[in-house]
Amino acid sequence: MALLQISEPGMSAAPHQHKLAIGIDLGTTNSLVATVRSGLSHALNDEHGHALLPSVVHYLEHGAVEVGFNAQKQQNIDPHNTIVSVKRFMGRGLKDIDVSQLPYRFTEAGGMVQIETRAGIKSPVEISSEILKTLKTRAELALGGELVGAVITVPAYFDDAQRQATKDAARLAGINVLRLLNEPTAAAVAYGLDNASQGVYVIYDLGGGTFDVSILKLSKGVFEVLATNGDSALGGDDFDHRIFCWILETAKLSPRKAHDTRLLLSKAREAKEWLTEHSEANISCLLSDGEFVNLILSSDKFIALTANLVQKTLSPTRKAMRDAGLTIEDINGVVMVGGATRMPQVRKTIEEYFKQTPLTNLDPDKVVALGAAIQANVLAGNKSDEDLLLLDVIPLSLGLETYGGLTEKVIHRNSTLPVARAQEFTTYKDGQTAMSIHVVQGERELVSDCRSLARFELRGIPSMVAGAARIRVTFTVDADGLLSVSARETSTNVEAHIAVKPSYGLSEDEITNILKASFNCAEADKKARMLAEARVAAGAILEAVTVALATDSALISVAEKQAIEAEMQRLDLIKESQDDDAIHKGIEALNHATEAFAAARMNASVSRALAGKNLEDIKL
Amino acid sequence: MAITLTQTAANRVETFLANRGKGIGLRLGVKTTGCSGMAYTLEFVDTLNEEDTTFESNGIKIIVDPKSLVYIDGTELDFTKEGLNEGFKFRNPNVKDECGCGESFTV
Repeated sequence: MALLQISEPGMSAAPHQHKLAIGIDLGTTNSLVATVRSGLSHALNDEHGHALLPSVVHYLEHGAVEVGFNAQKQQNIDPHNTIVSVKRFMGRGLKDIDVSQLPYRFTEAGGMVQIETRAGIKSPVEISSEILKTLKTRAELALGGELVGAVITVPAYFDDAQRQATKDAARLAGINVLRLLNEPTAAAVAYGLDNASQGVYVIYDLGGGTFDVSILKLSKGVFEVLATNGDSALGGDDFDHRIFCWILETAKLSPRKAHDTRLLLSKAREAKEWLTEHSEANISCLLSDGEFVNLILSSDKFIALTANLVQKTLSPTRKAMRDAGLTIEDINGVVMVGGATRMPQVRKTIEEYFKQTPLTNLDPDKVVALGAAIQANVLAGNKSDEDLLLLDVIPLSLGLETYGGLTEKVIHRNSTLPVARAQEFTTYKDGQTAMSIHVVQGERELVSDCRSLARFELRGIPSMVAGAARIRVTFTVDADGLLSVSARETSTNVEAHIAVKPSYGLSEDEITNILKASFNCAEADKKARMLAEARVAAGAILEAVTVALATDSALISVAEKQAIEAEMQRLDLIKESQDDDAIHKGIEALNHATEAFAAARMNASVSRALAGKNLEDIKL
Repeated sequence: MAITLTQTAANRVETFLANRGKGIGLRLGVKTTGCSGMAYTLEFVDTLNEEDTTFESNGIKIIVDPKSLVYIDGTELDFTKEGLNEGFKFRNPNVKDECGCGESFTV
């Protein structure tokens, strides 16, 4: 007979209508699935009792696919067809990744990298979907039914393209995505930090190969990501490597073959794990050439070997604190995530830095998946309490290109999601009936320095004089962090919109670089903006005078006309220079030269308006 | 007659209640839906109703409303694992027939 779970009061499901929902931590090194049963969130194990599924996909002959531990074993034997850490390629273009260190045969299609395998060309989305399929099958077996949907976690710094790629992978695996949730937010939810009324929390996530630190602010049941930082090439594996090097050095071993390297690395890993609760570890193994290694590694030695690795995590942590504008005293709690945070020296360093004991009572490998499952349970409607609202922020400002190649930011960096902002724009030329809208992401003043996300056109604007049309451009970013942009001419309600699905996104490093560049280039950017604005102003006055001369040149003498045209030519030349002051002077000069002409036009239009009217009719 | 919990089931309920942080016990009941007429319900209890009957078994309070009690009196609730799945199981002496999956039954 079927097995039952305990529901919240009054929330019992009708038979065969259980709303089964799962949380998935789709990690770089390992992935997990968790669910809430009888009100308790717990990770689901595979048939061998493992909760962790190595995020490794192996394509075999005849179309078969292996995922997890079996695939991991093929990593060195069949490297071309065994994809590890595919998360690093999600939503990335070929130019975003360093291919020199990787064994794969890369190609590019549709802006995203693809990997040639014996099963054909595979995109990161397809490869990730194999991992998700495995987790989905595990969940369906464990829960005994069809899933309503899943919450999948992504790093807080994932951009639009990377989030979209994750969603696509889930869809391909036949999973209904209830929501994408930021990993640090999920960790905070697992610890029930969302039950407090407010607070500022640091999520310190040291995984197998990546380090992320996020600062979350909870207020009125809403999580905001104040800042994120990290190191995409620092993790528990580096600690294993330090021990490995120490073994080679201490046992005076020459560089080894792949088999011995793997053996020694796994011994190093065992020693690291053993030292979490013991003061020394015994490392002994027989190498392929018959040499026997037998060493004792003390925890003091291990701490000394890895001290600078632990220190390396503090620099991004400090940066995140600085970005968020916080001091240690502002932090209400520190959550440890990732298996590597089990190491006592990591905990101690963090405890000393933040002057408080970090939260460690949940399994650091599972905490993200546990939080995702709790959120999935709420979103699937299994809880009577009102939805817990989780808000995240956008990592980089979103804006559009205005005349002169300048960026107009519509949604600023660190705005909380979901968000919608509108801004009004107008036409630049008389009789302009279409407007091209260029959506960009970045912090710089010039469009050419930002990342282009999408372009679309608003057509059918009624013909009006320059500046009379009112075009309302609305940017909307949904709870998953995906952007859509719409433009509407308010007098006629002509509308155009686009859902932004950028072909490839920005890497974490790129985001960091963009932010750095925006600080470093602030002065240069300001100058560039002034220049661009001066050029736009010069263009506008030249346009206006040209129109005026074409219609009313009869009002002035030939000499006057020539004088104006000479100034126009001069301004036209200066306009292309790099000197915004000179351009402003040129505009001034043209203004001056056209004073008499402007007065004459004014008189003419007044007398046209007055012609044939009696004095009484025009009493003021 | 009474309603009882096995020791395993009682231990699990205790864990779940502790994790939930509130609740006075476990409500067992039936509702008239499903392919074979009736279905079991299993819920946490925050408030008692006047007509409820309360049993205690292995340290856990079991709460049943009078209508349900007719159908499930004598039931023993167990907690078992079946493959990767795990959950509570009703051992109900009143049942004459079950639907294929056992989620609903007739008496």
